[in-house]
Amino acid sequence: MQRPSFPHRHLLGIEGLSPLDMTALLDLADEAVEVSRQAEKKKATLRGRTQINLFFEPSTRTQASFELAGKRLGADVMNMSVASSSVKKGETLIDTAATLNAMRPDVIIVRHHAAGAVHLLARKVDCAVVNAGDGAHEHPTQALLDALTIRRRKGRIAGLTVAICGDILHSRVARSNMILLSAMGARVRVVAPTTLLPAGIERLGVEVFTRMKEGLAGADIVMMLRLQRERMNGSFVPSVKEYFRYFGLDEDKLAFAKPEALVMHPGPMNRGVEISSAIADGAQSLIREQVEMGVAVRMAVLEALARHMPAGE
Amino acid sequence: MRDGAIAGVVWGGAAPAAPEGAASVDCMGHVLAPGLVDMRAFVGEPGAEHRETLRTASEAAAAGGVTSLVCMPDTNPAIDDPAVVDFVVRRARDTAVVNVHPAAALTKGMAGREMTEFGLLMEAGAVAFTDGARSVTNAQVMRRALTYARDFGALIVHHVEDPDLVGDGVMNEGELASRLGLLGIPREAETVMLERDMRLVRLTRARYHAAMVSCADSFEILTRAKAAGLPVTCGVSINNLTLNENDIGDYRTFLKLSPPLRHETDRQATIDALASGLVDVIVSDHNPQDVETKRLPFAEAANGALGLETLLSAALRLVHAERITLPRLLRALSTRPAEILGLPGGRLSPGAPADLILLDPDEAYVLDKRTLRSRSKNSPFDEARLDGRVLKTMVAGRIVHG
Repeated sequence: MQRPSFPHRHLLGIEGLSPLDMTALLDLADEAVEVSRQAEKKKATLRGRTQINLFFEPSTRTQASFELAGKRLGADVMNMSVASSSVKKGETLIDTAATLNAMRPDVIIVRHHAAGAVHLLARKVDCAVVNAGDGAHEHPTQALLDALTIRRRKGRIAGLTVAICGDILHSRVARSNMILLSAMGARVRVVAPTTLLPAGIERLGVEVFTRMKEGLAGADIVMMLRLQRERMNGSFVPSVKEYFRYFGLDEDKLAFAKPEALVMHPGPMNRGVEISSAIADGAQSLIREQVEMGVAVRMAVLEALARHMPAGE
Repeated sequence: MRDGAIAGVVWGGAAPAAPEGAASVDCMGHVLAPGLVDMRAFVGEPGAEHRETLRTASEAAAAGGVTSLVCMPDTNPAIDDPAVVDFVVRRARDTAVVNVHPAAALTKGMAGREMTEFGLLMEAGAVAFTDGARSVTNAQVMRRALTYARDFGALIVHHVEDPDLVGDGVMNEGELASRLGLLGIPREAETVMLERDMRLVRLTRARYHAAMVSCADSFEILTRAKAAGLPVTCGVSINNLTLNENDIGDYRTFLKLSPPLRHETDRQATIDALASGLVDVIVSDHNPQDVETKRLPFAEAANGALGLETLLSAALRLVHAERITLPRLLRALSTRPAEILGLPGGRLSPGAPADLILLDPDEAYVLDKRTLRSRSKNSPFDEARLDGRVLKTMVAGRIVHG
């Protein structure tokens, strides 16, 4: 089957991808969903290839999702987390990259707490690099899995109104989603108190709201973001109680959106902070489906990058 | 008047005949004005009821013609939680004879670190957010609080006095302080904080009210800010309008205030700024203190003076000295503060609450502090001659004084 070729060696962000690239990845992911639903889940695309998951920040679900994706494609997967690595002993990011590079991996999946760290690392290695989240910058596979979930449920992305709500300021998920969903023709809104909005966000092609009632009016998709504990005690918002009252998604606020609106959350959720349990577990929630789509999207990304992985000598 | 509200107003000409069953009040040629709205009163309830309660403060207010007062959150516990706002609102409803509106703390415990629940506090009845007699020194905290306040349309009222520049100072810095051997508070304690705030307001566009300014340089800063269209208003204390540092005389602790009484040139600049309309409101800065906190060496005494009961009489000095007209004065004492706070009073028009005062601007008297309604007696005008007195005060159509 002839596909449009994916012209990138790395996946460092949604920024830089064309709508064609995005569609190609989503189409591949649709097929990966089918593979994952079979009893025999294994393909041979990455047989003999080495995948390193390099996580400088703890993450359970993203790391597990990448690990499964690699294994289902036949790769040998090694997990390196910061707790057990020499980074704790003072090695610099560049030294770590050089060391790992010498082990001849084919793809490195990187999560780092600093924006731009993944780009820096990508310049120092010979293999493919996938950004699994860098600071508050990008988390491209999360945006792709969100788009896949939406496309499978709504049949399209273009023309939908998507409200991204909560801690936009610190969210790499929000940034990647704003770029991807806008590029694919959705109307993207952000809804948050101004203390949780980055300066100049209205110039990134999104509509800005500071009240849920207006921000959710007529929305097809309501995407909630996690609020970190250390940000809810008076520094960015006064308290959990006040945050939930004005910005937490409950039945009253969801009623402002379209009746058939769907609810998403990248996880892990703070129940009773940004979302009520009734909504998280309710009929409009896509949260568990997002996790399934996560594995499929990561398989698609690895497959698309496979053709650019280093050839043997 | 009907049902506690003004039903109609006739300017000039003969009033229509009163409807049957209506009571009429002959004002005997005195001045009828909207009741005063005081944006800054410290009350001891909860926590310091031995100095003042909501009831005694409201009785002092009624005697002074103040029909609405904003009580400061410097209580114990501080008014930084919706439950405390609710307590004050209910307690005032049960015991106070004038309208009492709580201002809630801007930061939790007024510690200057974490913002309070503006949304929930406003729903409970808070009309403004302020750390009372304290300034928020951390500019990041102030920035975020202003940013968050804007989303909720909340009014931020800030005491502009940098505590580090105040240091151990106890009165206006200058020749007199040096002669008295007291450490001074530079004007820059006020202007540095005010200038910082203006820049943060420009950044955040929040509604900001400088609680009290006291020196000429501050008016320059405010003139620029208002000309630039910033959503900024300001108040001055009745004390800074009518007294100066010389009144401290022989270490009189009733005149130890924050901001401190300044030089006469600053007082004159304050009056000019009021006359020009740059100053939006005059506040009583009512702050009851007892002998334990005032009968001390000057440097060790607490700040603060009574103000509710003498606010209008003292302010009329400026009218008698022909520095300001009576309508301009009443605007700063009633109409403007009501507008800034979003309260329905402060005007004589149909639909407004019947919060009214009857005033004889010329009646002269000498203040005897023993006659004051406040539970504390620290009036800076004790034994002073005052011209002009409130004859009657009405709140929602009910006579509460006179």
